[in-house]
Amino acid sequence: MNKHVSPRMNRRAFVIGTAAVGAGLAIGLDIPFGGPAVVRAADGSPEIGAWVVVRPDDTVVIRIARSEMGQGSLTGLAQLVAEELECDWSKVSTEYPTPGQSVARKRVWGDFSTGGSRGIRSSQDYVRKGGATARVMLIQAAAEAWKVPASECTAANSVITHTPSGKTTTYGKVAEAAAKLAPPADVKLKDPKDWKLIGKGVKRLDTAEKTTGAMIYGIDVKLPGMLNAAIKDCPVFGGKLKSYDEAKITGMKGVKKVVKVGDTAVAVVADTWWQAKTALEALPIVWDEGDNAKVSSESIAKWLTEGLDNAQPAYVGNKNGDAKAAIAGAAKKIEAVYSYPYQNHATMEPMNATAVYTAEKCEVWCGTQNGEAAFAATLEASGLPAEKCDVHKVMPGGGFGRRGQTDYVRQAVLIAKQMPGTPIKLLWSREEDMAHGRYHPITQCKMTGAFDADNNLVALHYRLSGQSILFSLRPEALQNGMDPAAFQGVAQSGEAAFGYSVPNLLVEHAMRNPHVPPGFWRGVNVNHNAIYMECFMDELAQAAGQDPLEFRRKLMGNHPKHLAVLNAVAEKIGWSTPAPKGIYRGIAQVMGYGSYVAGAAEISVTDGNKIKVHRIVASTDPGYVVNPAQVERQIAGSFVYGLSALFYGGCTVKDGKIEQTNFDTYNSMRINEMPKVESVMVPSGGFWGGVGEPTIGVAAPAVLNAYFAATGKRIRSVPLRDQNITFA
Amino acid sequence: MANLTINGKTFTLDVEPDTPLLWAIRENAGLTGTKYGCGIAQCGACTVHIDGVATRSCGVSVSEAAGKKITTIEGLASGNALHKVQEAWIAQDVPQCGYCQSGMIMAVAALLSEKPKPTDADIDEAITNICRCGTFQQVREAIHTIASA
Repeated sequence: MNKHVSPRMNRRAFVIGTAAVGAGLAIGLDIPFGGPAVVRAADGSPEIGAWVVVRPDDTVVIRIARSEMGQGSLTGLAQLVAEELECDWSKVSTEYPTPGQSVARKRVWGDFSTGGSRGIRSSQDYVRKGGATARVMLIQAAAEAWKVPASECTAANSVITHTPSGKTTTYGKVAEAAAKLAPPADVKLKDPKDWKLIGKGVKRLDTAEKTTGAMIYGIDVKLPGMLNAAIKDCPVFGGKLKSYDEAKITGMKGVKKVVKVGDTAVAVVADTWWQAKTALEALPIVWDEGDNAKVSSESIAKWLTEGLDNAQPAYVGNKNGDAKAAIAGAAKKIEAVYSYPYQNHATMEPMNATAVYTAEKCEVWCGTQNGEAAFAATLEASGLPAEKCDVHKVMPGGGFGRRGQTDYVRQAVLIAKQMPGTPIKLLWSREEDMAHGRYHPITQCKMTGAFDADNNLVALHYRLSGQSILFSLRPEALQNGMDPAAFQGVAQSGEAAFGYSVPNLLVEHAMRNPHVPPGFWRGVNVNHNAIYMECFMDELAQAAGQDPLEFRRKLMGNHPKHLAVLNAVAEKIGWSTPAPKGIYRGIAQVMGYGSYVAGAAEISVTDGNKIKVHRIVASTDPGYVVNPAQVERQIAGSFVYGLSALFYGGCTVKDGKIEQTNFDTYNSMRINEMPKVESVMVPSGGFWGGVGEPTIGVAAPAVLNAYFAATGKRIRSVPLRDQNITFA
Repeated sequence: MANLTINGKTFTLDVEPDTPLLWAIRENAGLTGTKYGCGIAQCGACTVHIDGVATRSCGVSVSEAAGKKITTIEGLASGNALHKVQEAWIAQDVPQCGYCQSGMIMAVAALLSEKPKPTDADIDEAITNICRCGTFQQVREAIHTIASA
């Protein structure tokens, strides 16, 4: 794609490639890398390699390319660098390089994308090497000053010691000299058994400001002379803006301008956002809604149901033996159809971005999960080249996948471009955020299982019908039309592999893409696949007259890591002993994002439809645990997100629009509904799995299976809100 | 024009009387620690104290708030001394993204001033803020830590 991109970076360059090339972004091109031999941070302190800045007072700044959005990986990534750097952790702070700086330096900080639970696992190797490289250079500088071999020197806690003489110096004192050295060609990373900081539940580096109101989120950005914008995009996806009657709001207090945003949206710009929103609500708008206005949840469901018919074409994602023949000849078979709805991310902070545009420069401030994608969107919307653009990342009020998209960045730039020189902060209302999500994809699944005369599972046919995220967002990643990500959790191999051995297996996907835009939603395709598979696994166990755990175990002999986490939760919840009176248990396991996870729930049910969740146990094997305190919080948080989705999370479509408008119609769990999550971390080493998402997959099926145990009733459709089932 | 007393300071703000207090605090008084989440008093991100009572500021107009004592997250500490809820939040690393935590902290501070040793049932009843990151476990533990101090 670009001959100036180093080979190591090719794959990552591809990720932002399509959007970027269209906008004329040439990664690493035409921007001189030269300058002084020593690269300096804004305060003049020298860089020791791209990842580390050491100040004369021994404080260390660690560069973080991935986005912090609450998941804690800013702290985890800093731990990875500091482990190898051997610096004093109490003197560490972090900073984000901008995507513009990264592009100008040939993407020295690698991929900025923060999704797919990749923040730690996809960066761990090169950020640790960044720390190790800086350590080697600092030691070398000290050794040269002392005229001793570097091999006689060691570093710990930012202090370098010449072992034979006992002489010491500090990182701050040798930083200037170290910065002038050539970095070593290769560095050796520590053996995990020697880690001191990795694996420790150190406190987050970004907590204090979040308790005083001082943390700046995108919504809080203030620039001199800034105006505020409120926006309405055509509520029918794919529709257009036809006209608006600006005269009706002329003279309203604070209103500065009404602007068209692309072909589909209109924005009011005013002194304050409240004024802008008030005027926008008073603005008569005519939409050209187009044919999509005929689409409803019912019409989508009907279309998806047709895809469950074996006569319809489907992509095969996982296969062995001949499932259809084995089912036809089986002693016994069962079949069930499940469904999963659209869901909005509903980040606490609605989408927003602040942009200022002139012909010479376009800058954006925003919360984003992908600084480089936001940068590419800025280039594309502004029409300016890379060296005239930049994006400044600020804290996002939640991401969950939504802020990997850049629609709000594009809009902010398009508005700012119509008011050159004036900074514009665009903020979506909650209603706009509900109407223009990038929704969890909608699917249905028909599963058929077949047994031999001894109740052994001999065949499983898993037929998905529904939406592909990649079809909409990354069509270049489709494989001959097939979306490989659609099979997350039921795939043959890889980071989301099926955990059971079934002699005759057919896993397929009849792709159907309604007009509602899908997105990566914490857990993504694992969420529905885990519900379908793990609830149906319970149905199979019941049909075979076997205990759900024992039934699974028999199929998991060839999947020891899947089995180990399942066993861990079974033991912790006390599966082998009876539950307390009135309490019922459910269990589930899945693999996603390179990690093996399992969950178990204890619930009680009153009146057949009021659920109280008493206990949750969740286990994970992510290979390595960088910060157990943060992993524990991610596990617990994933259950809040996952159970909110199970109980409340459904977006329905009427006249082509999303019907839910705010938290009154799209609810989220509160503290009284959520028990403590008991985490069991069983890192087995040798691989790096993700943490933020995997455990969400087992939240819903564990509770649904417990609900069956309590009531004898299978729930095969989400959310429970629509089944008249609530929290007790 | 509205006169508001926020964190002990009087603000004379050029706003319409029906402007929600939330937006007067954020945009006119310039105190952005109080967050917008829903605008319909569902999520609690905008919780402030009005005469000591935890109140969702998106649902109160400036005319209703005039003459009352308003405290925002920026006014919770006494000078440099953080409020005990803020201290506990730091000690126990409660926030994830942190966006809801201004409102969460204000709600908890009001609960504790009314009930210094709340039970789990008290917490369940009083703390109804939405947190999409799911910090409830840490919120509950931190409240109990404060109560047992």
